[in-house]
Amino acid sequence: MKKTVLSLAAAAAVLSFGSMSAQAATKACFIYVGPIGDFGWSYQHHKGLEEMKAALGDQVETAYLESVPEGADAERAIERFARSGCNIIFTTSFGYMDPTNKVAGKFPDVKFEHATGYKREHPNVATYNSKFHEGRYVQGVIAAKMSKAGVAGYIASFPIPEVVMGINSFVLGAQSINPDFKVKVVWANTWFDPGKEADAAKALIDQGVDIITQHTDSTAPMQVATERGIKAFGQASDMIKFGPTTQLTSIVDDWGPYYIERVKAVIDGTWKQQDVWGGMKEGHVVMAAYANMPDDVKKLAEETEAKIKSGSFNPFTGPITKQDGTEWLKAGEVSDDGTLLGMNFYVKGVDDKLPQ
Amino acid sequence: MRIELVKRPEQSKLFSALSPFIALGLTLVAGAIMFSLLGKNPLDALYYYFIDPLREVWSLHELAIKAAPLILIAVGLSVCYLSNNWNIGAEGQFTIGAITGSILPVLFPQFQNWTVLPMMLIMGMAGGAAYASVPAFLKARFNTNEILTSLMLVYVAQLFLDWLVRGPWRNPEGLNFPETRNFHEYAVLPEIWSASGRANWGFVFALVAAVALWFMLSRTLKGFEVKVLGQSPRAGKFAGFSSSKMVFFAFLLSGALAGLAGISEVSGAIGQLRPTISPGYGFAAIIVAFLGRLNPLGIIAAGLVLALSYLGGEAAQISIGVSDKVVRAFQGMLLFFVLACDTLIHYRIRFIGMPAKTGEAAQNV
Repeated sequence: MKKTVLSLAAAAAVLSFGSMSAQAATKACFIYVGPIGDFGWSYQHHKGLEEMKAALGDQVETAYLESVPEGADAERAIERFARSGCNIIFTTSFGYMDPTNKVAGKFPDVKFEHATGYKREHPNVATYNSKFHEGRYVQGVIAAKMSKAGVAGYIASFPIPEVVMGINSFVLGAQSINPDFKVKVVWANTWFDPGKEADAAKALIDQGVDIITQHTDSTAPMQVATERGIKAFGQASDMIKFGPTTQLTSIVDDWGPYYIERVKAVIDGTWKQQDVWGGMKEGHVVMAAYANMPDDVKKLAEETEAKIKSGSFNPFTGPITKQDGTEWLKAGEVSDDGTLLGMNFYVKGVDDKLPQ
Repeated sequence: MRIELVKRPEQSKLFSALSPFIALGLTLVAGAIMFSLLGKNPLDALYYYFIDPLREVWSLHELAIKAAPLILIAVGLSVCYLSNNWNIGAEGQFTIGAITGSILPVLFPQFQNWTVLPMMLIMGMAGGAAYASVPAFLKARFNTNEILTSLMLVYVAQLFLDWLVRGPWRNPEGLNFPETRNFHEYAVLPEIWSASGRANWGFVFALVAAVALWFMLSRTLKGFEVKVLGQSPRAGKFAGFSSSKMVFFAFLLSGALAGLAGISEVSGAIGQLRPTISPGYGFAAIIVAFLGRLNPLGIIAAGLVLALSYLGGEAAQISIGVSDKVVRAFQGMLLFFVLACDTLIHYRIRFIGMPAKTGEAAQNV
């Protein structure tokens, strides 16, 4: 008798567990613009997926598509996900903005989250992005301390506001230490092309920069910097493995907390449209361990990071002069987010003409 | 034992018909091995690759969207290649066609009526043809290698588009992101049957172009001229055909069709100009042209097969969780086997080393 009860209880437990997981499994799907092995942008999004999966366990089921070209293919990929039973779809590149909104209109019951965009045409579309420029400011501070030449090289991808914002933030950080600090910029016109990025790094080093920072996703610049014996900053992920004696720090995009929060909201039925621009404070932007620098520089970097993280300091606080010499922000004035999100001008100290 | 390829005196009719099926069989076997090695059920994988995308109507629409530019470009290229003109720059002609076709909705957004779309299509064709005329002129006048010039012009076109959408044509309301304004409703190529999916009239253009060119190539004097000049320019000259005129004809025709594909894609499937508007249609179309054996009707089938392999690749990624790399390797296998099996049409395989022995054995018996 006892045995029967036990086995019944066990069966019931198995049954209820089985049905629970079958019912509750929420499907979260991700679309990446690059390969998950880029060690940069898509790699970090995929890490976010894995973090979310680990945190939510059986409650969630995941799927992803990598290297989805922006354009007509994106719409099909998103629609395929929507039709295959995904409850929430993360589209992780700017170029997916219109396709995401188009598909969202057709599938009102599916939630869509678009990274780095600004269009939310339907109530089931949310947008999210990170304040990477906060990390750039810390890098600028370190660069000014570490550079003997007083010039850093910046490998940039495309002249969109986010990238311009990063360059400006870097310069402002550096000028807080050395007012004469300069930045040379090379536009690689790609997010991921190890060959081009390596060429850009070499060109910059030949022009006399002794610190390299990048807003492209491959590890090639880090490797070139190592060969030439100068220091560099990583991008999107911790690239210390590719430059153990080279990497000073890296801006790590940590999407995990956001993905956990949003997928959980879908499971709980509390998901709402929003526009999130999280930074260090929210844990979306994390600095990789400070390395290859003297202790005083490290201390300064940590202090700067803490200041930004606590919210007591905004990198875009006046007085700031534009590259053309006109005043942008008066002393103590803080830029509004709108200006930053559409930023198309350099601040003083950038040795480059912004492609217009 | 040695294996030799011996040229057949004539094309083999049998293998013309059989080779696609042999190729498909070999692909299935090689694919099954690959998927098994990856620990995936090969039958599942092949099902998601080839069958699943055909099961739903919306997916068929997507197939048409993906195949339309491939077919449209490839039929134009077939005329080029048959006439021995190696236009490798369809991607550039596609891009320029998209740009010139977009002039009206981007620069004159206030100008809205039903005449906009036909003008866009014509301007797109004119743009693609004009861009193709550059390598044609260089070849006809200076005997420049058109493979190089047409290929190099692809990069010029792509960078020009890049510059336009980041600079002068950038959407004034777009927060400085690199894209033009969205096309207004009169500038959008309509969907064929919008209740069931989003395939647009671009697919119809592709079918019409393919049938028209098939007719031209197989039933008209012009088609004969194309083939004669392609196979023997000297014989063509005796027949009174001009090879420099043919250079222009082939390039302008294929350029116009690539331009039409470009503006159809932008107007029908994307709705604005962006830094990248093509995942390499102009280059994939070269494969499609040869996959279809340079026959416009064959190209329709080839375009659909290649499009299916893209869609199936996505379905496989989502459903059985293989990576994008595996999907592309499989697509590569398919193309390799198809093109390799076509060798059997012109050659037969001879095994050397064994026949003598078997001959003796036969005598002894």
